[in-house]
Amino acid sequence: MRNAFAQQITALAEQDERIVLLSGDIGNRLFDDYKARASGRFLNCGVAEANMIGMAAGMASCGLRPVTYTITPFTTTRCLEQIRVDLCYQHLPVVVVGVGAGLSYASLGATHHSCEDIALLRSLPNMTVVCPGDAWEVRAALQAAIEHDGPVYLRLGKKGEALVHDRLPEFELGKGIVIREGHDACLVSTGNMLPAAIETAEKLQADGVSTRVISMHTVKPLDERLIADAFARFRVVATIEEHSLIGGLSGAVSEWLADRGGQRARLLRFGTSDCFLHESGEQEYARERFGLTAHHMASEIQAVLGAGRKLEHHWAA
Amino acid sequence: MISFKNPKTATIDEMAATARRMRAKLVEMSHRAGTAHLASSLSCVDIVVAAYYSALRIDPRDPWAADRDRFILSKGHAATTLYAALAFRSFFPEALLDTYAEAGGCLSEHPGPRCVPGIEAATGSLGHGLPIGLGMAIAARIQQRDYRVIVLLSDGECNEGSVWEAAMFAPAQRLENLVAIVDYNKWQATDRSEQVMALAPLAAKWQAFGWSTYELDGHDLPALCSALQNTPDGSGKPVCIIAHTVKGRGVSFMEDDNNWHYRVPKAEEVAAARRELGQTTDDAKTKGHSRP
Repeated sequence: MRNAFAQQITALAEQDERIVLLSGDIGNRLFDDYKARASGRFLNCGVAEANMIGMAAGMASCGLRPVTYTITPFTTTRCLEQIRVDLCYQHLPVVVVGVGAGLSYASLGATHHSCEDIALLRSLPNMTVVCPGDAWEVRAALQAAIEHDGPVYLRLGKKGEALVHDRLPEFELGKGIVIREGHDACLVSTGNMLPAAIETAEKLQADGVSTRVISMHTVKPLDERLIADAFARFRVVATIEEHSLIGGLSGAVSEWLADRGGQRARLLRFGTSDCFLHESGEQEYARERFGLTAHHMASEIQAVLGAGRKLEHHWAA
Repeated sequence: MISFKNPKTATIDEMAATARRMRAKLVEMSHRAGTAHLASSLSCVDIVVAAYYSALRIDPRDPWAADRDRFILSKGHAATTLYAALAFRSFFPEALLDTYAEAGGCLSEHPGPRCVPGIEAATGSLGHGLPIGLGMAIAARIQQRDYRVIVLLSDGECNEGSVWEAAMFAPAQRLENLVAIVDYNKWQATDRSEQVMALAPLAAKWQAFGWSTYELDGHDLPALCSALQNTPDGSGKPVCIIAHTVKGRGVSFMEDDNNWHYRVPKAEEVAAARRELGQTTDDAKTKGHSRP
């Protein structure tokens, strides 16, 4: 996702002179090509994220389209006040890009984990929260975010994630993408969990559970039409995210559910627990710790479907 | 590049009279609305008058012109001073000042985003104005525009780390078109600023950060006008003006008395302030009077 972002911002900045890239002193060599092609529109803002967001607001108020880029917790929780006041309150078109979403940088320790950002940014008025599912979605999302007339938070994973799409997908902010169809379970995934969601669906399919997978790349505004359809047509709807079970995608879907009530489907939520991870280990280890593996998610879904089947059988009898 | 001339060439006497009229207005507004921060507003009147009447290249008929100079009141709690300056300069009708802080009104106790023409940034949370102004100053370079950005901070505001992030970044960018003014009245909300944080030597701090620094009496209109008109100053650096001021300036019983950070003047105090400020015509709009 990271390299796709660098390539796409370079291509876009070459065509659109309003684009300015602000980096929080990361991405060594990553933006060499950008700097060559959009000379004068790259700023290494140093390790000073509050100032970076404030500057982006000032630039946006003058008609530029700033894109800020640094590691996820430092461009979200560190400077949340600047995002809230300078960008959201003033409703300015700045794209805040966080790299290393969720547990991408698990090995660097909890300072570098980001499992609260969706919850925090989703609660800010005027903010759009976008978590692309693969590198192709990153490219499409970045273009849509720059065209959007307001602040956008773009949550990237790291580099080298599996591709899901094979070309630029049809992409609209606030409209989820159905990746594969099914009729028993519906997996609603956001961000870098998309490949794991697809793997989960494949495991379920092998066990005879037909599974739809949605890339819910925009958490805010939520694609309510797609969510309503899922709860109306499936027995199980599962949200999947590399983010806390408090306030992220599962929070958004739960809020929707609480306001509707009486839905047919059972909601299952997969995400990180309400704790910091103190052990060392890579992303795969961290995901296992929180049950964010295809194996675990598939068996949880199976258990619910199995229990449901027994219940239906009981009623039928 | 500037598409309009500086429309204001007020004399020092005219500016002094404007400052007196403005102070009286601020006292009235605080009284009518029952709002705090009067002393902070009074503190920066001369700075704001000097900026709006001698330095800023702005046009009330075209308030968002791309090449306009930008003024950001980073100490947003002095909103009444900014509102009065914009109204006096005909950015909006003066009668609107009488709706300040009213329910459903557009003039809040801290300036909202473009709530009236001429408001360049939503402020109120301290430490935001300088980074925003810095972004505007860089935008001028990118878009090849010839405007200046003036940011007014309070000394208490210099407690905020984001001020110093911006203070380090601006000189690295060699931004000549950025001016920071610190309204150095030696008080913050609940204490002497020097006792809360080791602020002094404030000018030396900005200088050490790479700014071209000037120290002056923040109530000396000729000194303020000359410093503001002399920006960029040819040093290749952003300019910082440390303006030594008196909190509550202009009303003897409020001067340097920090109770007036929060206190609201009573009707008889409004009348006394107006007399001191030479506003002899009795048009004080105090509570209980009918609205115009």
